[in-house]
Amino acid sequence: MTSYALFLGCTIPARQPNYEVSARKALAKLGIELVDLADMTCCAPPPVQSIDLETSLSIAAYNICLAEEANLNIVTLCTGCFESLAMANAMLKADKQLKARVNRILSNAGKEFEGSKEVKHYLQVLVEDIGTKNLKQKISKPLSNLKVAAFYGCHSLRPSELLKFDDPERPRVFDDLIEALGAESIEYRNKLRCCGGLLRGYSDELALELAREKLVNASKAGADCIATLCPFCFIALDLGQLQIKSKFEEEYNMPVLHYSELLSLSLGIDPKDLALQSHKVKVDKIVNKVS
Amino acid sequence: MKHGKDEKTTNLAFSDVISSRLGGETINLCYQCGTCASSCPVAKITPRFNPREIIKLTLSGEKDEVISGDAIWLCCSCYNCQERCPQKVEIADVIYALRNIAVKEGYIPNIFSEFASAILNDARVVKVSKFVETKRPTLGLPPLQPTGVNALRKILSATGFDKLQQKKEEAT
Repeated sequence: MTSYALFLGCTIPARQPNYEVSARKALAKLGIELVDLADMTCCAPPPVQSIDLETSLSIAAYNICLAEEANLNIVTLCTGCFESLAMANAMLKADKQLKARVNRILSNAGKEFEGSKEVKHYLQVLVEDIGTKNLKQKISKPLSNLKVAAFYGCHSLRPSELLKFDDPERPRVFDDLIEALGAESIEYRNKLRCCGGLLRGYSDELALELAREKLVNASKAGADCIATLCPFCFIALDLGQLQIKSKFEEEYNMPVLHYSELLSLSLGIDPKDLALQSHKVKVDKIVNKVS
Repeated sequence: MKHGKDEKTTNLAFSDVISSRLGGETINLCYQCGTCASSCPVAKITPRFNPREIIKLTLSGEKDEVISGDAIWLCCSCYNCQERCPQKVEIADVIYALRNIAVKEGYIPNIFSEFASAILNDARVVKVSKFVETKRPTLGLPPLQPTGVNALRKILSATGFDKLQQKKEEAT
């Protein structure tokens, strides 16, 4: 059994039990063990990077130190956590001076970053440890006749030099994993454009406009649902639809699901066990298509 | 590195201040081609944000306009610009460097100030409520592990992050 330190982050436990439940159940069924380590903190995402980059690198490195002590690689569910941790890991491994600078800071907390571990998004774990072909064979309820608009989100892909997840302009990993479940991953206009999630709170108006564009384009392309990899993209598109409805009087009624939820359904996990009531836009029509 | 007074010396020195900071190293490579602006999803929907303009103002030493303005906070951090820049200018990172200076000088938007307080208090940006925590077993979820808030506070104190927060409180 392959084991990883699960980096859960804060948004998922605080707001998205549906993501956590489905990811834990699906990965367990696929033989991936998730270890919950004590003392993890915030990953130091873009809001912290905005305040002080050196602090954000140090916080990310502190969390990687905990995984190093446990001798485990890290898996993340949140793309924001993935970006913060994977970016810091790559930067510190590549730059000795920066590593020394961060280690001086970490010594105050009794830690030292070695650079001995990897940080992976759970999609990378699915591809590298299970394999797309193997995954296909484990599917008991194929999602046939389901058109899915894959939404990578920005921080799974970019900055590509540090994250090394997939080709930032023509990615395939997520599309292939959707098709492994028996669904069709559809093309849609401006597929890789941002959901606006990080502008929420500073400029809700601009954030909603970006989210709205995703919904318009996915709807026009005939998607049955949008699949996400990140709790922020999920909020921008799911809760965002209610806000767009009240602001623009436009109703999309577009179900937004985490990939882990589609994966769980196709692995035959009972929809009743997936906390699907947490969705703002109901996902019944997707669940009915599967079962 | 020393900030504050030194950064106010001459206008033209501002780009050197940025290039000597974490994130800002590549700013002087910019030749203003505009690939960043044409790749930017925010610039497409509002004239309030244009990455090429931010770099240009910074290179021409318009520090006050850049640091005290709204534009640097409208970057959605999607990194499209950085990915496509033919000169390998790390534009999104330059904007982080500019935000870092703005924060040091007391220009921190409220929402970012709230993030900073949340981290200092709970070691999380988004607080997990007691209600949600007690519901976890009913969903089949394991109990949440404690956060390393004490270790984190030591790190925040070593980098001066905790004082950045105080600065904001003084300014308001």
